[in-house]
Amino acid sequence: MAWLSLAIWVPIAFGCFLLFFSREEQAGFVRWVALLGALLGLLVTVPLYTGFQLGTAGMQFVENVPWIAHFHLNYHLGLDGLSFWFVPLSAFITLIVVIAGWESIKERVNQYNAAFLILSGLMIGVFSALDGMLFYVFFEATLIPMYLIIGVWGGPRKIYAAFKFFLYTLLGSLLMLITVIYLYSRSGGSFDILTWQQLAIPGTAQTLLFFGFLAAFAVKVPMWPIHTWLPDVHVEAPTGGSIILAAIMLKLGAYGFLRFLLPIVPDAAHQWAPLIITLSLIAVIYIGFVAIVQKDMKKLVAYSSVAHMGFVTLGFFIFNDLGLSGGIVQMIAHGFVSAAMFLCIGVLYDRVHSREIAAYGGVINAMPKFGAFAMLFFMANCGLPGTAGFVGEWMVILASVKFNFWVGFCAAWALILGAAYSLWMFKRVYFGDIANEHVKAMPDISKREYLILGFLAIAVLFMGVYPKPFTDVMDASVAHLLQQIATSKL
Amino acid sequence: MIDNLSWLAVYSEIVLLVMGCVIALVDLGVTGRKRNVTHFLTLLTMGVVAGLEALYASSGSTFYGWGNMVVSDSMGSWLKCFAAVTMMACLVYGRPYAGDRDMLRGGELFSLSTFMLLGIFVMISANNFLVIYLGLELLTLSSYALVALRRDSATATEAAMKYFVLGAMASGFLLYGLSMIYGATGTLDIGEVFKVINAGQVRHQVLVFGVVFIVSGLAFKLVTVPFHMWAPDVYQGAPTVITLIISSAPKLAGFGIAMRLLVDALLPLAIDWQQMLAVLAVASLFVGNVIGTMQSNIKRMLAYSAISHMGFMFLGLMSGVANGAIDSMMAERAYSSAMFYVVTYVLTVVPAFGVVLLLAREGFESEEIADFAGLNRRSPLYAGIMCVCMFSLAGIPPLVGFYAKLSVLEALISSGGALHVSIAVYAVLMSVIGAFYYLRVVKVMYFDQPITATTVSAPADVRVVLTLNGALVFLVGILPGGLMALCADAIVRTLAS
Repeated sequence: MAWLSLAIWVPIAFGCFLLFFSREEQAGFVRWVALLGALLGLLVTVPLYTGFQLGTAGMQFVENVPWIAHFHLNYHLGLDGLSFWFVPLSAFITLIVVIAGWESIKERVNQYNAAFLILSGLMIGVFSALDGMLFYVFFEATLIPMYLIIGVWGGPRKIYAAFKFFLYTLLGSLLMLITVIYLYSRSGGSFDILTWQQLAIPGTAQTLLFFGFLAAFAVKVPMWPIHTWLPDVHVEAPTGGSIILAAIMLKLGAYGFLRFLLPIVPDAAHQWAPLIITLSLIAVIYIGFVAIVQKDMKKLVAYSSVAHMGFVTLGFFIFNDLGLSGGIVQMIAHGFVSAAMFLCIGVLYDRVHSREIAAYGGVINAMPKFGAFAMLFFMANCGLPGTAGFVGEWMVILASVKFNFWVGFCAAWALILGAAYSLWMFKRVYFGDIANEHVKAMPDISKREYLILGFLAIAVLFMGVYPKPFTDVMDASVAHLLQQIATSKL
Repeated sequence: MIDNLSWLAVYSEIVLLVMGCVIALVDLGVTGRKRNVTHFLTLLTMGVVAGLEALYASSGSTFYGWGNMVVSDSMGSWLKCFAAVTMMACLVYGRPYAGDRDMLRGGELFSLSTFMLLGIFVMISANNFLVIYLGLELLTLSSYALVALRRDSATATEAAMKYFVLGAMASGFLLYGLSMIYGATGTLDIGEVFKVINAGQVRHQVLVFGVVFIVSGLAFKLVTVPFHMWAPDVYQGAPTVITLIISSAPKLAGFGIAMRLLVDALLPLAIDWQQMLAVLAVASLFVGNVIGTMQSNIKRMLAYSAISHMGFMFLGLMSGVANGAIDSMMAERAYSSAMFYVVTYVLTVVPAFGVVLLLAREGFESEEIADFAGLNRRSPLYAGIMCVCMFSLAGIPPLVGFYAKLSVLEALISSGGALHVSIAVYAVLMSVIGAFYYLRVVKVMYFDQPITATTVSAPADVRVVLTLNGALVFLVGILPGGLMALCADAIVRTLAS
């Protein structure tokens, strides 16, 4: 069975099917079909896990059929240890999003769910594409549903946010398009990523290619100083949009580093590593401070995402196995934790319709069950041992101390700053006396919310206590990637 | 001289000519307000010639007729087939609109569009400078008359006047350039011109002088800066159905004669005309994308969009020859990318105008972008079609416009050094600016509240054709290989002959 293709096309097929049911009275039916689609989408990734061979860096579940003969483009899919976990993660987060929007989305339910299901398929496509142009097509196509999600179901400044999101990322990825076409003509007419990884490229060309790729991926990650779109978009996006954006879409950029930038232009990567490390450290420290002073909960979590992704890029560019696998683990962990954080904000927003920290206080008194979940996720966000957030951060800090003491010293600030902004916000929102009538009137979480928060809590704890299944999958591929980085291609 | 092949080469032109006259005559006896008989007769005629040309095209053979005056080859036949199909779609979309505005009373819409298609066919088949000019005049004169079809409308009359004055000047440019080349080479036959120039006996200055005028004339017909001034005014002033007609099929003819003149005849001068195309393209991309962002009228916006897209298409045309050496692989890639670009552009812009036409009701034009507000609530289907078209024009995958941009950029980057790569970077930066105005249309349709709650209704034929057309933009985007291979094959066969 072509499980990988199924993982891409099952959600997309369900999403397209939903588009036919636009009448209001069909909303109930639409929700159940969407749930079914998301569940099936997750189920078809199970055989990928059970069939995944450990200990090899080769591509698995490979599918390769000609797509556009004129350009020697192939529909070439495959997974290795670097990309594997993002496939089930995307399907899982989509399921969470579909359930999270069950009651809060009341208008154009079919288009809402269709957008998320189609987006899920496209993102899985990005992670599994082994053809450069196929990757690009999936990578760019994700903009369309996300643009509509922000613009249709977003907050008051949604239009500004939607345009900013679209144009910012389009600019970056079009520069990557030029890079990809250049590689195509340089490799004598091939879009195959694995062929590109073998290609010898002279120094100046490597530098240009490096910045071409960087333009696309750094915007997407996002790295300081081109991160400014992210807070605006997060604030205006609906809860589901924020969840997908933080949990998966940011990882598309970081994944691009692993698949393209490091193996294709390793010499330029070495040459420019100090730049990336500096930018990452600025993201970790400066953005950490910025997060502390935020008044808006979503903005705070958005800035904390930028800081966490700074850790990921830092881990990639210190070129040792601990750093690389730490970065990838951090990507997965951040997928769970940021999804949970935005979900918590969504739960509050559904009740009070405010994202201001000042509008809350003493939530734990009104909603004790919810408070317990939120506590766990906030702890994970600041990297408490035993939660998912700890593993990746710890690995990256350890790796960077090995690399250079002062880099490690700066990176370790993240733990302090993370604790500062997470816990201070938690204190202001959840602890203390009940701040006002709105908070007092809030009902505790429903069974539906219990369910999705519970799923995420299990994931966060499991990954924190027993990260071995995650690291086992990536070990061989990380070793292979390090070998590729170490080999000069001049 | 007149052998069997000669007749074979112009069968569809003969059919169009005869049927154009028949439709004009039959119309005298038709009284219905909707002109059903002539409408279906016109569609039938165009359908027949489209089928005929598809048949020729798939046979893939090239033959000349009437003493080398006309040629029937794969590229030409496909272009003619697409032009006929495009014209059919335009008439289907446009009939309700035209009927509401009393534009069908004289029945000229049908006979003039048949003659316009005939002009397009003659231009594409031409293998001789004079035949090209003949076809061009037939096309443009019919277009002037079509723009002025609502003679009681001041804006339409003004647009027709502008179009006529500037169009006549551009035709003059082209004719002057052709006469220069004729004077220098002593022949009007495209193949002979190529041979004479290639032999290198002709004075270069005279030829370049002629090329300047030819390129200017082409630039006017294909709407590129600085010969674009007429387009926004004419697009806006003309009745929308006529805007649709003049903005779609003639682009295919323009590409056809650009290939015949620049590539078939003047390829040895490629270094000269490529530089001109580069300047035109760079300027068009700037004006089309930047000025386009300021438009509030959707017809004007689509006019600027046409300017930027034709500029992009020129980037493909200018990539065929690198460093003066003719490389058949590179030429094939470049010209087929340009052909793919223009075909997919027409495929995308026709349903976009189709939706604009649909929203126009009796006595109300939906010309402002604001008139699209909340279309998604009024009709998800038509909003979806428009959305697909806009994203395709913006060049976002997986829609067809992306692959068009991809193939042009690929040809551009493989053909040259740093200059071409930097033009490619410039082109994509400009398309980010252009993306803004396409996104704005999507924003208005999806994010804004509707100003009226009425649902959009369309006659069954319009609904079916429009849905198919929108689906095609999407499906050709997912599987563009077939159309790309078709264009490449057509160009290979044409260049080989």
